[in-house]
Amino acid sequence: MVPLWAYLLVAAGLFCIGAYGVLSRRNAVAVLMGVELMLNAVNINLVAFWRYLSPLNMGGQAFVAFVFVVAAAEAAVGLAIIISVYRSRRSVIVEDVDIMKW
Amino acid sequence: MTEFDLATSLLAILPEIALTVLAMIVLFLDLSLPESQRRTIAVVSSIGLAFTAALPLILWPGSAQVPEGLYWGCMVRYDVLSQIFKVMVLLAAAITCLMSIDVKGIGRKGEFYLVLIVSTLGMTLLAGAADLIMVFLALETTSIPLYILAAFKRDDNKSVESGVKYFLFGSFSSAILLYGLSLLYGFSGGQTNLYQIAGVLNSEAFANNPLPILGALAMVIVGFGFKISAVPFHFWTPDVYEGAPTPVTAFLSVASKAASFAVLVRFLMAVFPASVVIGNAEIQNFWVQLMAASAVISMTIGNVVALAQRNIKRLLAYSSIAQAGYTLMGVAALQATSADVQAQAIASISFYMFMYVFTNLLAFAVVVLFSEATGSETIADLAGLSRRSPWLALMMTIGLLSLAGVPPAAGFFGKFFLFNAAVQADLTWLAIIGVLNAIIGLYYYLVVIKVMYVDRSEDEDKPIPVSRPYVWVLAITAIVVIVLGTFGAQPVFDWAVRSASSLLG
Repeated sequence: MVPLWAYLLVAAGLFCIGAYGVLSRRNAVAVLMGVELMLNAVNINLVAFWRYLSPLNMGGQAFVAFVFVVAAAEAAVGLAIIISVYRSRRSVIVEDVDIMKW
Repeated sequence: MTEFDLATSLLAILPEIALTVLAMIVLFLDLSLPESQRRTIAVVSSIGLAFTAALPLILWPGSAQVPEGLYWGCMVRYDVLSQIFKVMVLLAAAITCLMSIDVKGIGRKGEFYLVLIVSTLGMTLLAGAADLIMVFLALETTSIPLYILAAFKRDDNKSVESGVKYFLFGSFSSAILLYGLSLLYGFSGGQTNLYQIAGVLNSEAFANNPLPILGALAMVIVGFGFKISAVPFHFWTPDVYEGAPTPVTAFLSVASKAASFAVLVRFLMAVFPASVVIGNAEIQNFWVQLMAASAVISMTIGNVVALAQRNIKRLLAYSSIAQAGYTLMGVAALQATSADVQAQAIASISFYMFMYVFTNLLAFAVVVLFSEATGSETIADLAGLSRRSPWLALMMTIGLLSLAGVPPAAGFFGKFFLFNAAVQADLTWLAIIGVLNAIIGLYYYLVVIKVMYVDRSEDEDKPIPVSRPYVWVLAITAIVVIVLGTFGAQPVFDWAVRSASSLLG
């Protein structure tokens, strides 16, 4: 059987790839995809922990379902906001969104 | 788990139920009212929210109807801390609704109030969240509507920009928070309840290596630090505050911050109390040091950068970063060993947030009126306000003095109680840094007051129109600020200390 740490390692890797995407991509949609990767890493973590540590308590599964729902809501709102940026500037490059600076 | 009692359980989440009903009423009004009567929506939302704020007061913990404790399968906790913060965010939302009534582009739109109420619903749940799932869900129910509100003026470049910035920073930090929560879920062997995790963490399994737990704790603090805009997670604050429609900025700066402080205090006290010792190191020391460090840099950076601001909303943004720093001092003071001092720390955080809600709303109400009438948000344009609209200038002065911590405004006692709690908890050095920062802060608040009273402008004969709802907003907030700054301070604080002791005892 695959040990628990293997799943955690995959999740940690996915999380780091997602975080790298958020920090390095210039396109707002790509940044959003990075965030989604991070949320999926969380889901792998939760499911693995649930299966190995407390398969009788459904808390972990419920958590994963809620993460899905929230991720979908967040993506919907995020894309809507990105579209309205695109309408006003014809660009979704994060660096172009810079009227306000200190 | 105790036996499930539907009537009591429903009473425990009565404010949340009322908010859901109110949201539906607002949606219905939005569909049915003609253009000429649409101001009613704001009034209905505001009155509804104010009534909802009365519900926790009627059903106060300790009264017979609902005993303190965990409800709905241990998802929400019903206690004094949660109820105080619920009242706070509900009142903040009620005042924000009144404040938005005449703002162009949002005041007559029903969906604005709908989204605002949903966000408030998230905040009330956040104040009582007692489960990892609930913490995450409530946090997102708060944040996602706030992203929409920040970008609400779709034709306004600045508003859209602030929305996208808030969204990108917010979703990134909540993903980090969530990763921390998932690790905690695993480390506690599949526990999601905040109050049971501490017991599991304290076991042998982690005796040799506290690092994974410290990592998870740090990730959770990143998420909460973002919500309260503490340095180093504050980068979004100035831009979002400047770009968002002003009533949204007001709401964001008080309600979202207050609810996040509630959950931060509950989380740290429940999951990582002093009793959790791993590898001979108290986990509590770790987060107290993080909080103290963050308090120092938040106060310093907030105040120093505020000195250079020309836009009043940006100035208030940096001021709100500094205020988060002062409040974090109270969180650090939770390290105290005696329950008395801990109760004082919790009470001082609650008092500070309570007075901050009214103070900041007062200041922002004047900014809303001013920028709606003149279209400007620059501090220099406030020149001559004392001759244009003497009352408005007086209200702004009260608000700014309270933010600076000058008696007889509430901010003085707020800061006094926080500094006192810090000294009692053996953090005297932190209190001294706080006092020094309050002096720096005084300077830039006084500069704004000087511009309003001393500088002259050509528009002095054009008073700024103030409609009836705004008179109410200004009057209520100013009265609360003055009462809490004079004879009201000590009784309210004593009462808060007594309530907080019941929480710890």
